[in-house]
Amino acid sequence: MNRKKLIGNIVRYALYAVVAAFFIWAISNSYFDYIFSQSGTFLVLLRQHIVLVLVSSLLAILIAVPAGILITRPKFKRAEWIVSNIANLGQTIPSLAVLALMISFLGIGFQTAVFALFIYSILPIFRNTVAGIDSIDKNMIDAAKGMGMKPHQILFRIELPNSAYSILAGIRTAVVLNIGTAALAYVVGAGGLGVWIFTGINLFDNGFLISGAIPVTLLAIVADFILRRVEYAVVPKGSRRIEKA
Amino acid sequence: MENWARFLEVNAPRILELTIDHAILVSLALAVALLIGIPLGIYLTTNQYLADTVLQIASITLTIPSIALFGVMIPIFSLVNQGIGFVPAFVALVLYAQLPIIRNTYTGIKNVNPEMRDAAIGMGMKTRQRLLRVEIPNALPVIMAGVRTAVVMNIGIAVIAAYIGAGGLGVLITQGISRNDNYLIISGSIAVAILAIIADSILLFIQKRYTKKVVAD
Amino acid sequence: MISFNHVTKKFGENITAIDDVDFTVEEGKIVVLLGPSGCGKTTLLRMVNRLESITEGEIIINGENSKDMDPIELRRKIGYVIQSNGLFPNMTIEENVMIVPDLLGWSKKDKRERFEYLMKLSGLDAKDYGKRYPHELSGGQQQRIGVVRALAADPPVMLMDEPFGALDPIIREKIQDEFLQIQREVKKTILFVSHDIDEAIKMADKIVLLRDGKIMQFDTPSEMLAHPKQEFVSQFFGKDRAIKGLSLHTVENLREVIGLGPVDDSVQDTKTINVHQDLRNTLSMLLNQEADQVIVKDDAGENIGTITIDLVQKYLHFEIKGKVSASQEG
Ligand SMILES: Nc1ncnc2c1ncn2[C@@H]1O[C@H](COP(=O)(O)OP(=O)(O)OP(=O)(O)O)[C@@H](O)[C@H]1O
Ligand SMILES: [Mg+2]
Repeated sequence: MNRKKLIGNIVRYALYAVVAAFFIWAISNSYFDYIFSQSGTFLVLLRQHIVLVLVSSLLAILIAVPAGILITRPKFKRAEWIVSNIANLGQTIPSLAVLALMISFLGIGFQTAVFALFIYSILPIFRNTVAGIDSIDKNMIDAAKGMGMKPHQILFRIELPNSAYSILAGIRTAVVLNIGTAALAYVVGAGGLGVWIFTGINLFDNGFLISGAIPVTLLAIVADFILRRVEYAVVPKGSRRIEKA
Repeated sequence: MENWARFLEVNAPRILELTIDHAILVSLALAVALLIGIPLGIYLTTNQYLADTVLQIASITLTIPSIALFGVMIPIFSLVNQGIGFVPAFVALVLYAQLPIIRNTYTGIKNVNPEMRDAAIGMGMKTRQRLLRVEIPNALPVIMAGVRTAVVMNIGIAVIAAYIGAGGLGVLITQGISRNDNYLIISGSIAVAILAIIADSILLFIQKRYTKKVVAD
Repeated sequence: MISFNHVTKKFGENITAIDDVDFTVEEGKIVVLLGPSGCGKTTLLRMVNRLESITEGEIIINGENSKDMDPIELRRKIGYVIQSNGLFPNMTIEENVMIVPDLLGWSKKDKRERFEYLMKLSGLDAKDYGKRYPHELSGGQQQRIGVVRALAADPPVMLMDEPFGALDPIIREKIQDEFLQIQREVKKTILFVSHDIDEAIKMADKIVLLRDGKIMQFDTPSEMLAHPKQEFVSQFFGKDRAIKGLSLHTVENLREVIGLGPVDDSVQDTKTINVHQDLRNTLSMLLNQEADQVIVKDDAGENIGTITIDLVQKYLHFEIKGKVSASQEG
């Protein structure tokens, strides 16, 4: 028993050591210096990155959640299969290609990137919304109908609270993916922290690489952490356990 | 349409070649990831403490954007003069691919019906026999689902790896972007999508076939 | 009161799930829909609250044709309980139970009082359970909550689709007893689906026996057991229907017809039972030979005689088998 714990601890602390070593190495080689020496540019890129992600994610939520709700209504049930398959197919198209293709329609610029990120974020949110609503026990809906709840009452009091876990998980996946994809917005000339990463690749400049890549990574990890907290706060206590089981 | 015909006439061999490169890169990374991920996932089921640590690391690592990971790897690998090219791309793909494999191997085996496990212990099976005959066969659908996630994800990530000189279909797309050539972008994207769909279908086929056999036995 | 007037239900062209069904559930009575799987019990029940449409005929609920009522209004006046209790996992027990009063816009105070009353009926502590979530209750407790939830807005009519079907036999009997107790107090008009013969005999004032969507017989449990009108009915209740019928009779009934035996004070190993005990349980006690002598006590606790297997057999012969064989000859 103790040996197992020892192995676990060795792995854990070895990892901490590797991460610490990386930062010591990077700092001692002044790879983070651009963040401070060009702090003006850095803040602009960071802001661009965050705005790209926020705007496109919000738009995607506004479209994908209602679309997921709509497609699970009895009227549209028949279309669900087709739409879900198209959504699955769409997910196999590389994010870089979505960005690149948008150039030919919308030209270069911020709007192009927002639109591409928006399109790419719709799919995980839509899929999780549909999956969450579909996974609700049909008997529960039947009971709700039988006691005289109107369709909108069933939606807001039963279906949405009980699929909140799945919907929010979809939003989290989408946002985290989006932060990574936004780092590619450089190719459509929309700025973001990807600018430094690509500059680093093109110039073989480790400083630009690290000063761009580490903030993007932290952004993704922090967003993931915050959204997990939001999930925990928003999902009703009673349905939380069921989703995990 | 005519333009497309002309484009494909010229470029089809190259597209095919890059598709094969792409598939080889992803398959090699998958093979290594399986060699590491499955034994590690199995071991984790016997060490809860390590499992918690590793699964936590895995979930954080999966949130790291691929382009950022490349950005960090280039400086590290340039220490051994391999900053750009096949090596960093390959290492990144192995790293990403083994996370879903470890996770699903672990949860798949953990979720094997405890009564079945008890029965196996009761029959006097040794740990190794129990793993090979009872736990792994029953966890197979979950493990295969992890493999499928890993493969589809890696096919997408390998596209971006073109930027660090790893070759593959990403080359078509990056060239299309720099030359402003939609034919290259579209043909590259479609080839990637088809590759992902084919890979996923093959794995799904293997999974179904093998699972049925287990159940029939 | 619920009246079914020549009700027919078709799914598409070819499937006739309910075929010209005609009967009435009297005010304050329990009618059990009984029959083999797929005979149309659930479909018929769901036509009452219009979860299924009616193809032909009409259903009159307390004088109003269900077709003319707004389905939402109609459903709020009808309690509905299903086998998998249908509790909402995102709501606490109190929110679950009070959902219909909430939809109807009751005041906080009224809801509070009603909730406490209902929890008293259910035998669960309002304070302790009100804030819990459904998954924090046992299956039996969840089912009790499912039942009182249907009673929440005091609907005159209740529909219950195998409400106790998912419970194990011991808990099921206990909840059946509790429910009959509640029913004595609330006197609802109840349509109750079951495919358990013992449950039907126990709960029903009248049984509707269905087969392929048609009524085979509509009668009281004892009539149904004693005078099955068709081959199918006697087959359905089985060869032991005479013994099943014993559960409809008490020691008191036996005493009135053939009298009890005398008490022998010299016998040491005795056991006592209440005069209102049903004969089926009494018989199984006698067959298990739990004691040398079984003494019957009245409600005041006085010994009023003894009962033996012979006496039960005699009663069975005169009262039940006599009727059964008479009907088979006739
Ligand atoms: N939506 C539907 N479409 C077509 N046929 C249906 C539908 N619902 C029910 N049926 C058919 O109607 C018949 C009666 O079904 P119902 O559910 O009422 O049976 P039941 O008596 O409740 O059975 P059980 O005891 O198994 O619950 C069955 O043959 C069933 O297949
Ligand atoms: Mg039924």
